[in-house]
Parts: sequence; C-alpha cells; structure tokens
Amino acid sequence: MSNLEEKFVPEPERYEFGAAPVHQFELARRDFFKLLGAGIAVFAIAKDALALQETPPGPRNFRSEELPKEISAWVHVGEDGSVTAFAGKAEIGQNIRTSLTQTVADELRVPFESVRMLMADTAFTPFDAGTFGSRTTPTMTPQFRRVTGAARDLLLGVAAKQWNVAPEGLIAADAKVTDPASGRSLRYAELARGKTLAQTLPAEDPITPASQWTIAGKPVPKVNGRAFVTGRHQYTPDLRPEGLLYGKVLRPASFGATLTSVDDAEAKAMSGVLVVRDGDFVGAAAPTEHEAQKALDAIHAHWKEVPQISNKELFSYLKQNAAGQSEERFRKQKGSVEEGLAGAAHRLDAAYTVAFIAHAPLEPRAAVAQWTDGKLTVWTGTQRPFAARDELAGVFHLPLSSVRVIVPDTGSAGRPVKLVWTREEEFTWAYFRPAGVIEVKSGIAADGTLTAWEFHNYNSGMSGIETPYAVANQRTQFHPVPQILRSGSYRGLAATANHFARETHMDALSRAARMDPLEFRLKNASDRRLRAVLEAAAKSFGWPRKKLQAGQGFGIAAGYEKGSYVATCAEVAVDRASGAVRVVRVVEAFECGAIVNPDGLRNQVVGAVIQGLGGALFEAIEFENGRIKNPHFANYRVPRFRDVPEIEAVLLDRKDIPSAGAGETPIVAIAPAVGNAIFDATGVRLNGLPLVPNGLRSA
Amino acid sequence: MTKPIELDVNDKRYQVKYPPDTPLLNVLRDELGLTGSKYGCGEGQCGACTVLIGGAPRRSCQIPVSAAAGKPITTIEGLEKDGRLHPVQQAFLDAGAFQCAYCTSGMIMSSVGLLQTNPNPSQADIVQYLQGNICRCGTHPRILDAVRQAAKIMQERVR
Repeated sequence: MSNLEEKFVPEPERYEFGAAPVHQFELARRDFFKLLGAGIAVFAIAKDALALQETPPGPRNFRSEELPKEISAWVHVGEDGSVTAFAGKAEIGQNIRTSLTQTVADELRVPFESVRMLMADTAFTPFDAGTFGSRTTPTMTPQFRRVTGAARDLLLGVAAKQWNVAPEGLIAADAKVTDPASGRSLRYAELARGKTLAQTLPAEDPITPASQWTIAGKPVPKVNGRAFVTGRHQYTPDLRPEGLLYGKVLRPASFGATLTSVDDAEAKAMSGVLVVRDGDFVGAAAPTEHEAQKALDAIHAHWKEVPQISNKELFSYLKQNAAGQSEERFRKQKGSVEEGLAGAAHRLDAAYTVAFIAHAPLEPRAAVAQWTDGKLTVWTGTQRPFAARDELAGVFHLPLSSVRVIVPDTGSAGRPVKLVWTREEEFTWAYFRPAGVIEVKSGIAADGTLTAWEFHNYNSGMSGIETPYAVANQRTQFHPVPQILRSGSYRGLAATANHFARETHMDALSRAARMDPLEFRLKNASDRRLRAVLEAAAKSFGWPRKKLQAGQGFGIAAGYEKGSYVATCAEVAVDRASGAVRVVRVVEAFECGAIVNPDGLRNQVVGAVIQGLGGALFEAIEFENGRIKNPHFANYRVPRFRDVPEIEAVLLDRKDIPSAGAGETPIVAIAPAVGNAIFDATGVRLNGLPLVPNGLRSA
Repeated sequence: MTKPIELDVNDKRYQVKYPPDTPLLNVLRDELGLTGSKYGCGEGQCGACTVLIGGAPRRSCQIPVSAAAGKPITTIEGLEKDGRLHPVQQAFLDAGAFQCAYCTSGMIMSSVGLLQTNPNPSQADIVQYLQGNICRCGTHPRILDAVRQAAKIMQERVR
C-alpha cells in the first residue's frame, strides 16, 4: 500500500473514492411470494453479476427456492392487478419515486396510479450502494424498463396460452391483454390469479424507445402531493412509535477531542432518564426531548483537544500538505503541455479557491432505533441504507440479517429511541463539501485556439476535472490532501469546483484573445452536445447583450458531467458604492438525454441554480481548532427569496440518448457564470468561492 | 409539579403538562402528534415551524408553550376543512411548489398569514414576507407562483 493510501482515509460518503459495492440479498423465493401474494414477478440481475456467474445470458426460469443474490430491481403483478416495483434507491426530494413509477407504468401499460414503488428498505428492496452521483435515473430506468417489459411479455404469454393463440398478435394496454382478432380481453389481475410465476433476466433485453413513451416523458406531479401540503407526510423526525424515548448525544468539545473524564451522576439521578456510556460515546434518553436535553446538560465532561488549522490558513495548508504529487493514477495527459505553452500567443496562469460549505438540509439528520428480540430496526433518512445496515451490524456485532434499515420518504419490545440532530449538530457533525485549490496554466494561439491546458486540483475531488473542450496538449492532476474537516457528498461536489476554475479561466482567456466569451468557447468546443447547450442558453438569454446601465454585467459558463450537459448565462447588477451584488436573471440550458419527467427536471434545474447561488455568492464554513464558528442560519447565509433571480430553464430533450441523471450537473455552471458576469460589470476578476461573502470590495 | 396548560389548537382544546418554557413546537409535535410543523433550526431563522397564533404567523420554536395558552392556534393540520384544502394548500399542490417539501408547512402557514392581512400582495410583498422561510431545494419561483395563484382564487371567492 502506498504512503498516500495510508494517509488518505476517504469518508464513506465521499463517493469519488468509494469502494465497489458488496452484493447482499437474502430473501428466498417462497418468502417473496408469501410477502406479496401470488402473481407474476420479474427480477433484473446486475450486468456485472451475470458475468461473474459464467452462465450464458438469456431469460431463465427459477428451479431452486433461492433467488439470485445479485438482483438489482424487480416488479410484481399481484392477483388483484396491483403492481409493486422494488428499488434500493431513496427518495430525497429529487422526485425519483415519481419518475420511476412513470417508467414502470409506461412499460407495463398500466395507469400511473396503479403502481406502488417500494424503496430503500434493507429487508425488502434489492441491494443498492446508495442514492448519489446522479446514478438512479441512468441505472434504474433501463432496469425497470426491462423487468417491466418482461413482466408484460409473461402476461401476454399467459393470455396466449389460455386462448390458444400466438402471443405476437396480442396487445397489452390499459392493464389488459386484448386479442384484436376476436375482440376478447383479460385484465392483468385475471391473468396473474393463482400464479406464482417468477423469471429473471439479464439487463440487455430491448425496451420501449423514448419516442414511443406514453406516461414517461410527461410532466407527472409528485406522487402523493396532497400529503405534503396537509402536513401528513411523515419524515424520520416525525416518527412517534409507542413508548418513544428521546435521545441526545454528548458531542466532543471539538473535532478530534478525546474524553478524559465524565461525571454523569447528576443526570443518572434524574427520574426517567437513561444514561448510556460506551467508550467515548455518552448519551442520554428520556421520555421528552426537554428532559433528555436537561440530562445531557447535567453531564460534566472534560476533553483533551488538539490544535488545528483555521479557515484563514486553509488554502496554503492544502497546497503544502498535498500527497501524491507524482501519483499517476490521479493524472491524465495527452500531447505536450510544454510545447503547447511554448507555441502560444497568450499564456495565463491562475489559481482558484473553493471554501468548505455545509449542506444545511432543512430536515436535520434523524433516526429512530428499536431493539426487538435481539434484532435492530432503524428508520433513518440516509442515502445509503445498505451501508448504514452494514455499519450498524459492525458496531453492534450483529449478523446483517439482524439489522433492518428503512428510509421513510414517507417518512416494537425494547423502547424505541429517536435522535434528531439540532441545527448546530447538523452544521458541526455532518460533513462538508471539501475545500480546494485549483491551479491552471494555459495557452492560446492568436486566433483563440487552445494550445495548452494544465489543471491541478488540490483536495476538492476528481469529478468533472477533465476539460470538455478540445485541447491537443493537456495535463490534469488531482492531489488528495489528508482531511481537515469531514468531507462528503454534495450536489455536484467536485464538479462545481472544477467547473468554477475552468470556466472562470476560459472567460479570462477569451478576454486575452479579445473574443466574445461565447464565441471563444464555441471555437474550442467540438463536442456537439456541449455546443448545443451553449447555443440554446445563449439564444434564450439574448447573448450577446448590450449593457444598458452601470453595474450591469453578463456572464456565461458551460460544462459536462455524469452524462449530461449544461450551459448557464447570468446577468448581475453590481452597486459599486455599497458593493452589493444581485443576480438578476439566469438562463440555463440542460440536456440529459431522453427526459423522463419534464416537470421534475425543471424543478431540479431551477433548484440547482438557486442552491448553487449560495455557494457561488456567500456560503462558507468558518472554523478554528476543530470548532465550527458559524453553525447557525443566523451566521451561515443560505439563499432566501430575495436572492432568487428570474430563472429560465431550457430543457433539451434528446430521445435518441439514454436518460442520464439530472440531480447534480445543473449546479456546476452557475458560480462561474455569475463570477464572469461580475467581471463583465466591473472588471474585477474573482477567483475564489464564495465570490462576494461581504459584497464586492472596491478594486 | 407543573400546572396543566390549556391549549386551543385547530378548534380543539387540550390540557398539557409541560414545563412552561418548553417551546410550543415540541408540545405540538411530541404531545399532540401534530408533526406537520417542522423543526428546522430551533432559532427562529428558518420558518419551518410556523403556525398561526390568533391568526398571525409565529415561529412556534420561539414561543414558550405558556405564552400560547388560551390563544387560538392553527397548524397546517387545521387548514383543511371537511376534506377541502385551503386555497393556499391547493395552490401549492397545483403549482407543484415543493421538492423534498420539508419547508412546505411553514411556507403555507406564512402565506396564509400574509393573505389574511394583504389579500392582493405584489411580488415584492410576497418576497419580503417569506424572507424568513428557508427552502433548501430551491423551489422559490414556484412558491411565489402558488401564493399569487392563491391570492387570485381567494379574491374571486370573496367577490
């Protein structure tokens, strides 16, 4: 093992460096039909798992009682015609429950309302590594298409057998199979009655092309919307099982602090209070949250703290402590950067910085845990239920089969305990989007053609690190740094940092070449999908625009990440007297292949722009000696109504390209677009995120 | 022992035994099971816990339960009447004005409060009024659409 790997310990959520998933699935076939009742079921087997089995591909019927252990999705049609689809993914507001339901209804030819999607319950849903990296749509949509298509074929086969006709002439529609020759029809419910038919299939069978979708591709509102506007929808913090106790955890005084002594006598003496101690862990539980907090306050602890850096010396620290300067696996290159630079008409060196920021989800992390006969059930809002199960089994020394993790997007024996993080805990003990330093060295020819591109990212990650522009000579390198603050997933995590540096740099190069920023990008973009989003955004924005008043400025940025393309135009208004910067208008063009739900997609794009404005303009975590100095909404500013510009989302629907995820890429271009617009307005080039935490200081 | 406190929530009367300085939000959620009002920050900064007290929107995480005694309190659960959604609820539903929807209860309660005092708000009025409500999914434009739509419907009903 290299020195780097010893020093660099990735957080489990830091998916860029994550390990391959371990497949686990233990539900036997008889249990499956016992659980769901008789009917017809089709299971998809993960492609790589099939290869491992060394069996020839093609549909197979069950012979044994055991289901394969590598199932990735399944669909069941019950004797009452009810359709249940199972996915290990979690609904986290990205509306995936709705779009997957659309896909199943579309392929099975049943009404949208008749499909129930069971998600993220380790006891009943297929193994899943987690809901992150915009992987749900590209992986789950084709799998559900295939299993559902196969279920439809099974139903057609049952009808054909019953009528003694060839299945090819039959039509599946409106939850029935019809024989156009005779006019007779049978409902799916009738066909499934008394059957326990199960089939597995490899994930390569043909599916309905996007051009023939009827339910998918349409704007279907969020499933169960009424429960959200009436307050009936239950999130994890809302669960109140019988006999519930409220838990509180004693937090260390600072990151890395170790417990030297603890006096819990006073807390233990309180009526109804339970104090739990195990190693460094100290917690209290009580029948009300108020009592639990009082008990926690009565526990007196001493901590040994360790001195740590502050945000003031963050960026120099990152540069000085980068490991693996020569690690080849983190480097990509082609041509000769040195030659490209030598022949350039203009050269530009610049460094960019990105602060740590917090997710600050409005719903704080929470869990309810309950022991029953030595088994543990945990309800929690994780994006990785199977990993949470494995971790719980490890911590409590239990077999995996004794731990069940359920993610309520809808949101008994031993007394259940609920723990809801306070806002301060959320800001302190969650994980942050990693900070980073990015250095770029580049050269262009006199006509604006990029001749050299060298890009070094320190700490913030590899996603989106490669330039989507055509450059003959390039070198790209990621430099990991041992963790300063816990770092983990964030919408568009590293891609946001890499796009900020790249697209700010591209803007500066366009100025050096005395070219329009759009024209400069198009000159260097050979990727047609990249050109298409740039042109679409520019057209709707009205690029190039004339400045009509002082302080007005326009910026553009674009990029590619996780199978989808984005281009963003921004207009800003800068008041030089006060330094106030307002984003007035944003047009964002986005293309992620075939659109599954245009309404949900529009929400994702607009939402990403607004969330991205926070990190672009003012969000930054301040820290010192292992303490977070701004762990409240009062001193950690997130976007509010007044910060929201007029936003137009231009969605390009490419029915000929498989659907990619859309949760993340729409966030990556907003920060550079705004920064470039500020430069256009003022001539001040800002190379650090956030751009204007205290307004624009006079240049 | 603490004295029972009388609460009038959604036209129902309750007697609760809680220390008087307990935030109203905790009592609504943990004692009365009205979990539609959300904990977002406990600091009056996010608006997720907004309820109406005497018709005015208040941050229930900042109101001691004793201070709410005897006053008419409306939570998100009390807006629906006889299976009919309040026009603001209906407008949020129609506009698809939520993603994770954790902020939705507070947004709706604040908006109901706004429309009671200002039945025909301008865009700037709505922005100003909802400034204290945080949405982290970035659904703001649709929320503004929903409030404008609700205002229109409510005005038509009055006529």
